[in-house]
Amino acid sequence: MKRTIPLLIAAITGFVLIISYFIPPAASWGDKAMIWFDILASIAFVLGGGNLLKIHLQKISDRRAGWGFSLITVAAFLITMGIGLGKFGVPPAESFPDYTWSGDYLAENGGFFWIFQHIYLPLASTMFALLAFFIASAAFRAFRAKNSEAIILLVTAFIVLLGRTYAGIWLSQSPLETLGDKIFSDPEALSMFRLDRLVEMIMGVFNLAGNRAINIGIALGIAALSLKVLLGVDRSYLGSED
Amino acid sequence: MNNFLENLDRRWIFLGMGLSIAVPMLLGLQFPEEPSLMVDDVFTAVDKLPEGSNILMAYDYDPASKGELEPMAAAFTRHCGRKKHKLYFITLWPAAVPMLKQNIDILESEFGDDYTYGENYVNLGFRPGNEGAIKVIVSDLSELYTNDVNGDSLTEIPMTKNIKNIQQMDLIINVSAGTPGAKEWVQYAATPFKIKMVAGVTGVGAPPLYPYIPAQLSGLLGAIKAGAEYEQALLAAYPDLKDNPKSQEALRRMGPQLIAHIYIVALILLGNVIFFTGRRRGASQ
Repeated sequence: MKRTIPLLIAAITGFVLIISYFIPPAASWGDKAMIWFDILASIAFVLGGGNLLKIHLQKISDRRAGWGFSLITVAAFLITMGIGLGKFGVPPAESFPDYTWSGDYLAENGGFFWIFQHIYLPLASTMFALLAFFIASAAFRAFRAKNSEAIILLVTAFIVLLGRTYAGIWLSQSPLETLGDKIFSDPEALSMFRLDRLVEMIMGVFNLAGNRAINIGIALGIAALSLKVLLGVDRSYLGSED
Repeated sequence: MNNFLENLDRRWIFLGMGLSIAVPMLLGLQFPEEPSLMVDDVFTAVDKLPEGSNILMAYDYDPASKGELEPMAAAFTRHCGRKKHKLYFITLWPAAVPMLKQNIDILESEFGDDYTYGENYVNLGFRPGNEGAIKVIVSDLSELYTNDVNGDSLTEIPMTKNIKNIQQMDLIINVSAGTPGAKEWVQYAATPFKIKMVAGVTGVGAPPLYPYIPAQLSGLLGAIKAGAEYEQALLAAYPDLKDNPKSQEALRRMGPQLIAHIYIVALILLGNVIFFTGRRRGASQ
């Protein structure tokens, strides 16, 4: 029963969505199914929060390696949630000045806004910015022209790296104009080989063709896997039997 | 020398990268940009719409990608403000709610005379459900949104009371940093209901979206470079924006980006020189 009911829910919902797409009068069935999905997605936030607490509190209780980080995670989660729900520092809404909690939880100068603006935002931006440093280190140590595939990758990387900045125009425009003028008596004759234009060609031809092939492959794979899930052949999404 | 470079402490490389970003930033190094054909397509899609068109501003990015995406989101907002379009702000990312607010601040501070909340713009805020949320609002907005972020009923807000679903939008502008994002808006809203759409995404997010251009996606801004080109196009169309330094954020970021890219190219070249020199020496021994 524990597995049969979820299987039935998945199968019925899946088939309803397929039918609603192909048969217009049944379109409203699909809309209803999607509303259920959105309600479930909202509840998933609560489950996610509960799961986060469970995993990290267990880790702290067992004093497993890195339990200190778990302590910080739990503390940050509870403090942020408490300040957000309690609307600490949030002034009342203009339309309801007598009601303390009537203000928006994201109001400027409020506690939640302060946490977001002065803790979360700089931390998240810093994590993203660190990528530049690791890319530089990897470029120096790992990007080697060891074989023909690596050479193609390297040349493409050079074109894209330079072509995505003004350096692309600066390095290639003038020599190509001189060459075009000498060979074809037209400075613009070779302008398609300008680095910035080559980037457009790489993205619009080679990248496009590759991505199209990948997308078609993925779509066929998803269709096959979806049918297996809907027919109950693939039950791996339900977890183990235990 | 070769030995020193082979065993170079990576902290020197980090220092070099730090300097190649910081120095141009401090010097205010800036370079001219030339809008590409793709950026022109995006610009035209917004610019050619009649004044007061309905535009869904779907901004799906978080603070991690703010540095790369905020300038293009701000440029879209500024451009729509110039054209006096009606803007419906929405997000599928919980961390993007303050991003919507920052863009609304642009409208309020720069277009305050033309823009009144509820009449010219509305903030619908965040709803969970990823592509599920798109599938619902594309057929019935009220099933998921009964009120805006202030708690006011959509039936009482002048610009939303006659909106049944987002098929009534003349254009979807999506700025996204991942999933759900541009791909989901194309697959579940723009393509099945033939709604015109343009998008702005991160550098790594752009290549997978090319197959959708131009039939399903009218144009795409990829990374800060395209953001800078869009700002340049805006400056060309509205020269008075030159007095507003906030409208040139992406252009300002292209200086450090150029030096950082040249630094990475130099590192790759140097790494390969060391590699081949070492290999030749090994073979000769």
